[in-house]
Amino acid sequence: MTLNPYLWLVPLLPLAGAALNGFFGRRWSKHVISAVALVFCGAAFAMALLLAAGFSSASAPYYYDLAHWLRSGTFQVDFSFYLDQLSLVMLLVVTGVGFLIHIYSVGYMWDDDGYYRFMSYLNLFMFFMLTLVLAKNYLVMFIGWEGVGLASYLLIGFWFTKDSAAAAGKKAFIVNRIGDFGFLIALFLMIKHFESLDFTHVFAAVRTLPTETAGVGLLTAIGLLLMVGAAGKSAQIPLYVWLPDAMEGPTPVSALIHAATMVTAGVYMVARSSAIFERAPLAMMVVAIIGTLTALFAATIGIAQTDIKKVLAYSTVSQLGYMFMACGVGAFSAGIFHLMTHAFFKGLLFLAAGSVIHGIGGEQDMRKMGGLRVYMPVTFLTMSVATFTIAGFPPLAAYFSKDEILWKAYSSPNGSWVYWLLGVITAFITSFYMFRLWFMTFFGDYRGAIAHEDDKSSRAGAPSTHAQGGSAPHGHGHGHGGPHESPWVMLGPLVILAILSFVGGWVGIGGRFEHFLAPVFQSGAAEIAHETAGETAGKGTETLLMLISVGAAVLGFLLAWTLYFRRPQLPARIAASLGGLYEAVSHKYYIDELYRVLFIKPLIDGSTTILWHGVDQGVIDAAVNDSATAARHVSDNARHMQSGNLRSYAGWIAAGGAVVVAYMVWMGVR
Amino acid sequence: MLHLILFLFFGAICVAGAVNLLVQSHPINSALSLIVVMASLAAEYLLLGAEFVAAVQVIVYAGAIMVLFLITIMLLNAGKEEHTKGSRVATLIGVPGVAIGAVLVAWTLVGRLSTTHSVSIGALWGAPNDIARLLFRDFLLPFEVTSVLILIAIMGAVVLASRPEAIARRHHSTAPPQESRELVATGKDH
Amino acid sequence: MVPLSYYLVLSGILFVCGVLGFLIKRNIITIFMSIELMLNGVNLSFVAFAAQWHDLRGQVFVFFVMVVAAAEAAVGLAIIIAVYRTRETLNVDQVNLLKL
Repeated sequence: MTLNPYLWLVPLLPLAGAALNGFFGRRWSKHVISAVALVFCGAAFAMALLLAAGFSSASAPYYYDLAHWLRSGTFQVDFSFYLDQLSLVMLLVVTGVGFLIHIYSVGYMWDDDGYYRFMSYLNLFMFFMLTLVLAKNYLVMFIGWEGVGLASYLLIGFWFTKDSAAAAGKKAFIVNRIGDFGFLIALFLMIKHFESLDFTHVFAAVRTLPTETAGVGLLTAIGLLLMVGAAGKSAQIPLYVWLPDAMEGPTPVSALIHAATMVTAGVYMVARSSAIFERAPLAMMVVAIIGTLTALFAATIGIAQTDIKKVLAYSTVSQLGYMFMACGVGAFSAGIFHLMTHAFFKGLLFLAAGSVIHGIGGEQDMRKMGGLRVYMPVTFLTMSVATFTIAGFPPLAAYFSKDEILWKAYSSPNGSWVYWLLGVITAFITSFYMFRLWFMTFFGDYRGAIAHEDDKSSRAGAPSTHAQGGSAPHGHGHGHGGPHESPWVMLGPLVILAILSFVGGWVGIGGRFEHFLAPVFQSGAAEIAHETAGETAGKGTETLLMLISVGAAVLGFLLAWTLYFRRPQLPARIAASLGGLYEAVSHKYYIDELYRVLFIKPLIDGSTTILWHGVDQGVIDAAVNDSATAARHVSDNARHMQSGNLRSYAGWIAAGGAVVVAYMVWMGVR
Repeated sequence: MLHLILFLFFGAICVAGAVNLLVQSHPINSALSLIVVMASLAAEYLLLGAEFVAAVQVIVYAGAIMVLFLITIMLLNAGKEEHTKGSRVATLIGVPGVAIGAVLVAWTLVGRLSTTHSVSIGALWGAPNDIARLLFRDFLLPFEVTSVLILIAIMGAVVLASRPEAIARRHHSTAPPQESRELVATGKDH
Repeated sequence: MVPLSYYLVLSGILFVCGVLGFLIKRNIITIFMSIELMLNGVNLSFVAFAAQWHDLRGQVFVFFVMVVAAAEAAVGLAIIIAVYRTRETLNVDQVNLLKL
């Protein structure tokens, strides 16, 4: 390992920006605030590029110990940073996409009153995310883990005066916390058995242990608990419920945190812990199952949503499922590859959706959109690139990454055709709902309110999806004549991300990406050997499978074209004929309501009855109040001694004297 | 033998006087009973050989203090005691307490101590010059302090018992006429 | 020979009578006289012990007790007069303003 003294600058530059904007931003002009935020984030990005340029696989991994932290017997943890191939990929993605979204936010949030707060929080998020990615031990990673959860809470509930936003922020934080509980127990197990949380020490110790093929052992337990944490952070079943609600936050937040970076932290953590998972086949299987089921489940919900951001949110959950499926079958580098391309196209999708929302005055319901390609050509173009990418059309980025995952799901020793089949079905559904979104938004006639800021009509016609009330409180300084294109400060990042979505997958051609990451996933060497063997043997199979997945994408496109372009009256009739099934899907299978009945209500009721009334009021308050009452009663009775009557005083004295004499006699007699 | 008879005789008078003090309802009668007690006590002192103390008892106690009591009783025209609602505590707790304490002390002391020496009339050992030697040598400081104490008592008694107008008249010489009229007025409110 | 304990018993009887008088009587002056009775009982006890141990200091102490009793009687009676002026009564049960 080589020492790199510049590693610590990368996370701490955005922290400085956050602190400056946080403490002084209220008094600065918006230009100064923007400059501070962009400079510090850009500096982090520049540093990341420099590190990438100077990176060489021979001297990797790099490390840097910033400061001592904990010392307890043989256990020690320091503030240390670490850079290997995996961290480098994540670093570039986080800083690059983060910087683009910072630029976009300057335009999107310009008219907001809390502008300085927003830019401060964005920089703060960057600090925590970079700490997570560059950590050298699990505890520093946990700092970043918790910190991004905090930043997420702050940013989701950014418009905190709105009840639904504040509630969504709380929900995200609490559900994350449940996942963190699992993560923490995994850390405790590691401390107990490996006496260290440092990556190198832990993985070296793990690699000496045998694979646990029979039943549940230590590594399986650690793996499962880490997966609990990842499920919370990366919105997998059963802890995904916070992500759709998180759309209450401003769109740049959804793009940065809930598409490109924070939710991928779980995938990164699982990939980082590959040594543990590879020796715990049961845990890997659980990861794969959860990933696949989540992918399919979320995709089915996405087809019935009417809010554009909700569709993208469920799409994120679904794509994250793909990444976990990849990790679960042992194709960690494929999962990271998809993480990278997903950051590009999902970030682009959210930013473009934000541009659309901004352009039509805050409307988010797709039923009120339509025909917008005429008014917003650049947005339309970039969003189309993203839509075709996510559907998996070659030669765009996600085709390579998604195809890689599906192939590995089929061919890897831990994989099976079941995963592959469900993955293909999910790809078909993904293509369908994305093109549904595309057609409903950009084609047909404009169904929204024209001319004046006509928020009343849009609010009146919005019953089902509850995030509807988001005639987003980002004010419009300019008068609204109708849908219009966004300013170039917002369109620039869209274009750059579109280019990346186009070419981003080409790094995976010929397995170069996998080779690059191979030193991190050491048994990946065996994987690659197996793959080359499998390639020569099943090259035909691979081509066949690739054609099937492309076919699924095309099928989805055709279905969406039919239902939403050619015969737009069909969807309503189909929905009516499906009746209850459609209702269930459009209400997200009533999962939120189920959780409310199963967990939330008993918890609140129990807490109210037992803890509040029982303990707090009955025991603690009662103890204090009753002791005060008792003191009052005692003194109430004792004060009758002070009667003012001379003779009663004399009586008391005589009695007391008798007691003293009796005591003295008794002592003398003894 | 003679000693015992004399002791019992004067002791009986003593106790009778004490009980009479409790029983009488008019304070004058109680005061006179107390004088009887003091006189008999003086005789008891003589039996114990304390001639100086006996003399002082009669002169100071019976002669000065009790006269003071009698003057006050007659000054205030104290009449028979009325029966007012007393204190339950005093009777319920105090009296038994006293009884118990007394019984305990008596039980402790009686039967433990030996006899006293008897004295003969001519050879009383509590002579004034012996006591004076003690007072002015070993106990000089307490002696002087008691004289200061008496001085303070005199001053206090004078101030406490004087009428408010008397105080006002003393101030009147220094204060302007307006104030004295008010002070006099307040005095008349009684 | 008179045993010392006889004198002490007499002293005790006087003291107890004094306390009972304090507790039972209602007239302030009578209560004061009970106090004097108590002091006398104590004096007798002092003199008895002085005779027992042939120590004159007991008698000197009696002297001091008498001085203090005199001072106390003077001041106390002055207070009684002052209280009588304001309260117009010598009944101790009616002087009970200092109560809670």
